[in-house]
Amino acid sequence: MQRTLLYDNHLALGGRMVPFAGWELPVQYPTGPLVEHNAVRTAAGVFDIDHMGQFSLSGPDADRFLQFVQVYDIDQMQTWEAHYSLLCYEDGTIVDDIFLYRLPEGWMIAVNAGNRAKDLAWLQAHHHGFQISLTDISDETYMLAVQGHKAVEILQRMSDAPLQETPARTSLRAAVGGVEMLLGRTGYTGEDGFELYLPAQHAVRFWNDLLATGQADGLLPCGLAARDSLRFEACMPLYGHEIDAETNPFQARQGWTVSLDKPDFLGRSALLKAKLEENSKILVGFEMIDRAVAREHYPIAVEGQIIGHVTTGMKSPSLDKFIGLGYVPPTYQKLGTEIDILVRGAAKKARVVRRPFYKPRYKE
Amino acid sequence: MAYKFDKNVRYAKTHEWVRMEGDIAIVGISDAAQDMLSDVVFVELPEIGEEMHAGDAVSVVESVKAAEDVNAPISGVVVEINQELVDTPEQVNDDPYVAWFFKVRPAANVQSELAGLMDADAYATFVEENAH
Repeated sequence: MQRTLLYDNHLALGGRMVPFAGWELPVQYPTGPLVEHNAVRTAAGVFDIDHMGQFSLSGPDADRFLQFVQVYDIDQMQTWEAHYSLLCYEDGTIVDDIFLYRLPEGWMIAVNAGNRAKDLAWLQAHHHGFQISLTDISDETYMLAVQGHKAVEILQRMSDAPLQETPARTSLRAAVGGVEMLLGRTGYTGEDGFELYLPAQHAVRFWNDLLATGQADGLLPCGLAARDSLRFEACMPLYGHEIDAETNPFQARQGWTVSLDKPDFLGRSALLKAKLEENSKILVGFEMIDRAVAREHYPIAVEGQIIGHVTTGMKSPSLDKFIGLGYVPPTYQKLGTEIDILVRGAAKKARVVRRPFYKPRYKE
Repeated sequence: MAYKFDKNVRYAKTHEWVRMEGDIAIVGISDAAQDMLSDVVFVELPEIGEEMHAGDAVSVVESVKAAEDVNAPISGVVVEINQELVDTPEQVNDDPYVAWFFKVRPAANVQSELAGLMDADAYATFVEENAH
């Protein structure tokens, strides 16, 4: 089990450490998942997400290589822009979801902790014919997320750089709290904020400075439980739940990331075919009618027949409702369709509802 | 972690407490249990009239992250359930020794079953030894 450099800080704050993707991370602090979730929705929260991976890509063929290995059309991206994308297998199913940052010297790619080795191997396996330099810079890069409507003003107090003016899905290099770092106006919570990539040796000092600076605004350290409930409400997928190696982007409602117009890329022909055919399954959002908590893996049934499964479910802290995401055959995807969630063997009624449950502010 | 241990109840290893009020046994979960769960969002209670044996999973308490079984600390038949917990499950966190789940008319061997449970001191030691 690996530990981030902030492990002792989390313990000192009363963090409850749990294993996640091979790392010991705080699932919550004494404040608890609901208070931490609400802090991000009403003020600000900071997450230690150093378990995630970062790769650096450069070289004369960097753009051509990246265009080939992931689904989005990166030719549209200006320097400093950032965008969500997917790596797909040849059959169109998903290797991982990633975030791309176009930098002056090349690219930075942020990947899920649990897929770091897999993604690196996948990218390395496809480098033939491309003059590139691909390096895993995860160990020396410390990743933090500062999210919530007060996040930017808190960070602005620690920096002379134009953070407030930085557009969504754009990055910059700046000194924040005296630490030179890359920051992207991106996130996994449905709120405004930044994701920070700083040199690992400054992580502890920066974390302490940030907590002190943000305290007056109600900034709280937040754990994995809050991270999950926040992304779930905003209907952002989690690998291993809504997306995996048995799911293609269209089924997962991530077709918007796929640019079938661009020249050949990994998975293109399968994705072209998938787009033209009917999906065998599709992701829906649902709201419980009967009072029950739907959770991942619970079967979805209609008239006694199991037709799908829940990928994520919980009582939504911000909406105060019992909701979930799950896969069903396309016949059941219409809004208002009634389905049953099997909770400990008992059929609990639910209905298909619109996604996202919580509208991310930056989409307004 | 300074948990509260109510001195007037007996405790099961699975962290439920039971208190006798006349012939009726009242059941809830301990302060240590509610803390380990964190924010309780939902409680599924047994049916009135349901028969249970000590150790049976008879109720479920759900937190943000997980669903946990609540086991019967003693045997008997359910005579009352706490409807308030259905509407305000967070009471379990706020006041674990007041937020009862269900009441049971115990079986004939209740005294020996109660003797097999732990008092506050024994349970406190048990919790400390099993803390991770």
